[in-house]
Amino acid sequence: MTASKTQAYALPARAGLGLKPEHYETVLANRPDVGFFEVHAENYMGAGGPPHRYLEAITELYPLSLHGVGLSIGAAHELDKAHLKRLRGLIDRYRPQSFSEHLAWSTHDTGFLNDLLPLPYTPETLARVIDHVDETQQALGRRLLLENPSTYVLFADSTIDEVDFLATIAERTGCGLLLDVNNVMVSAVNHRLDAATYIDRFPVELVGEIHLAGYDETVDDAGDRLLIDAHGTAVKSDVVALYQHTLARSGPLPTLIEWDNDVPDFATLQAEAARADAMLAAEALRRNGQRIRAA
Amino acid sequence: MTMDLAASQTAFADALLHADRPVPDGITTARGEADAARFAVYRNNVFVGLTKALAQRFPVTERLVGTQFFVAMARAYAQDHKPASPLIIEYGGDFPDFIASFQPASKLAYLPDVARIEAAWMRAYHAADATPLDLAVLAAVAPERLADLRLVAHPSTGLIRSGYPVGSIWSAHQLETVTPITDWRPQDVLVVRPEMTVNIHILPSQDAVFAACLFDGATLGAAAEAALTEAPAFDFGAALMGLVSLGAFRALQPDEGNVP
Repeated sequence: MTASKTQAYALPARAGLGLKPEHYETVLANRPDVGFFEVHAENYMGAGGPPHRYLEAITELYPLSLHGVGLSIGAAHELDKAHLKRLRGLIDRYRPQSFSEHLAWSTHDTGFLNDLLPLPYTPETLARVIDHVDETQQALGRRLLLENPSTYVLFADSTIDEVDFLATIAERTGCGLLLDVNNVMVSAVNHRLDAATYIDRFPVELVGEIHLAGYDETVDDAGDRLLIDAHGTAVKSDVVALYQHTLARSGPLPTLIEWDNDVPDFATLQAEAARADAMLAAEALRRNGQRIRAA
Repeated sequence: MTMDLAASQTAFADALLHADRPVPDGITTARGEADAARFAVYRNNVFVGLTKALAQRFPVTERLVGTQFFVAMARAYAQDHKPASPLIIEYGGDFPDFIASFQPASKLAYLPDVARIEAAWMRAYHAADATPLDLAVLAAVAPERLADLRLVAHPSTGLIRSGYPVGSIWSAHQLETVTPITDWRPQDVLVVRPEMTVNIHILPSQDAVFAACLFDGATLGAAAEAALTEAPAFDFGAALMGLVSLGAFRALQPDEGNVP
């Protein structure tokens, strides 16, 4: 295993939480037993102030996952060099145990569109994304984890299956993958696919981190179920079950609880993390048990 | 080849930003047909995300006009003002100027300046950290050199000169129960973060003239002259000491800082 791989996998196989400004003080005062914290890189791109002061203090105590939401890796146009430089600055400053970004685009000529937008899966887009991942890893001097998206529409032009698309990017660039189990559920329901099959085909050996979140539910114009990746509630029971299914294949992996909207009190977040931690521990135990029986 | 992807993303972005446009060609569903409700999720995400970011940066402005009005105003702004970069923490820097030109809000003449305080608050919050100028450093400057001295503004400073009591309005809306402003007169507001807390100070107007000149790079002498023109009662020593102790400056101008 290369040094960069070791670094990418250095988050503990525990449940982690998104670090929110309203919880800075609680975390520092109570030092809760949380496996790691994750922050959105763009929220720490100011020059100074309380965000950096708190993040410095908290990274003294916990492993850090740096999660980018604005690099626009799936964009047709070139990557924003200034943004890559800002990311490099954060990585050099905080030495996060993991850095991840999305298979999506968010910037266009009109500016930053502030959403993770979908792209068609074609040989052309595959080549584009591979170039962008290569460039990113080069600029940041480390491996990144690329996250599977949640999507609401399909592209008539797509010719490549999403799992194959991600696996090929990983194979060609050496990047790892971030498996968002909620995104799998959202996309599977929205596109009438089987979520468990998606997980069964996913190259779990390349996964450095799992995301869990809560979705919202509505219907589209035809009355079909439409799940929205909302990050504003606890993880839904079908996603918990799919996570269980994932762990049985992948073994214990660092698992983030994403709760970015209507953020609850810290105790509620901790309860969500505790549920994932219990499942991670049970999976570790199950595997150890198998090993003992085999011996 | 990338032309195709670029063209398809342009079409996607155009439809995203204009609610009256149809779903772009080639966007489909598992049923094999376009679905406006699904595409609208993306449209909604963009605008809800941006209006939320503005609401977080401009909470007093929102309180002054009510959530419904604020959301409409924020959406009107977001329609033509996309973030210049993925740094949402910088989004809305010119929202106060937009408010000033937003006809439905024109009755609230003080609204743009309240928003300017809030914009400056967020800039100060994320500004570079710097130890403010120590009064002792200034005290060590020979009196005859003071008039020619220039000061470097603290990176977090912002100055809002208003024809309305915007400092009092801002302060009143930090509390759950808002007490009416009894003393309705123009106010000048200094926003500064010498340490980890952003402070809002209402300055005497002649001190604000003085501060504005110094932030623009004027010498202490020239700034004092401008302040005296505004108010003959201007107290140079008190004004300078006051601003320095609020943390408004970082240092003496480098070329003059080494002089004992």
